Amino acid sequence: MPIAIAFDSGGNAATEPWIKAANATYPCLIDRRHIVAELYDMVNVPTAVWIDERGKIVRPSEPAGVTDAFRKMNRTNFSIPADAMNELQAKRKAYQDAIRDWVANGSNSRFALGEAEVLKRMHTPDDAQVRAAANFRLGEYLFENGHAEAAKKYFEEAKRLRPESWNYKRQAWALEDPMKAGGPEFWAAVDSLGDGKYYPGAEDI
Amino acid sequence: MAMDIIYGERANPGVEADAAGGGLWLNRADLKHVAGWEYKPQGFCKGEVCVPVPDARKGEFVDAGARYNLAALANLIGQPVVTDAEFNVVCVGEAAAERKRMLTSLDAPDFTLPDLDGKMHSLADYRGKKVFVVSWASW
Repeated sequence: MPIAIAFDSGGNAATEPWIKAANATYPCLIDRRHIVAELYDMVNVPTAVWIDERGKIVRPSEPAGVTDAFRKMNRTNFSIPADAMNELQAKRKAYQDAIRDWVANGSNSRFALGEAEVLKRMHTPDDAQVRAAANFRLGEYLFENGHAEAAKKYFEEAKRLRPESWNYKRQAWALEDPMKAGGPEFWAAVDSLGDGKYYPGAEDI
Repeated sequence: MAMDIIYGERANPGVEADAAGGGLWLNRADLKHVAGWEYKPQGFCKGEVCVPVPDARKGEFVDAGARYNLAALANLIGQPVVTDAEFNVVCVGEAAAERKRMLTSLDAPDFTLPDLDGKMHSLADYRGKKVFVVSWASW
């Protein structure tokens, strides 16, 4: 059973057009406070976690069939070069195939990882990162209660304490202006990654 | 003064609290209601778990008026506390050690969230099935 979680402080207004267009047969839930991101230590979208029939994590949070291919996008006409596009499509297919393999073979699937491998791949938050989450939560609460200006400094603090969280960055930008999450600030932040990955861990299927 | 206290996933609006000096002093009933803690001879307890309070520091946690300092307790157990003095909102987050304990148990943490129609769904509703949880966003 897929469960899609929207990390969207904009709530229904922000997510409804997308959910209606997807016309999904599975639950599409709206997580204004990014609770699931906090529980599963997710810092970007799309991030997935696999949970077996007993409620055990068999793959911890990981980029879900995506690559950094978008970084090769032509920023004027938004086209992606063919080689990067092929790489992205191959990654997506490999990930979808892995899910199908798990659905068919359960714990015998090589993609359902053993405990040791799950723990090896799993990241758990440190003190600064849980403080980032508390700041984000406070900012979101203020925003939700009509205090958008007051919320900003808490979003800023969350971003400062956990710079690797694209959820914090892009959500905060989007609340200022829906275009900002994919605008010049976004690209400048992506460029500042240098050789670093936007989707670290995407290589490890 | 009345404060909004976010503790765990729940926000508790309008709780009578004293936030002087970086503290967060609550009465016994609010301490239990907001945070689930009860003060007992052995310390602050939640179910079977008790956090002992060092004798020498008792005054940081309990005052003569039977009020309890939730911020001091949070600091003691590593929970971050963030306060907005303008709108009187305080958020007590989860401790890194607790997040680590939950995640490394490999038991998938439960959550309950609404769909577009406001219907609530919990991860636990899908026990017995494989679940592929995937995040996305409009932004």
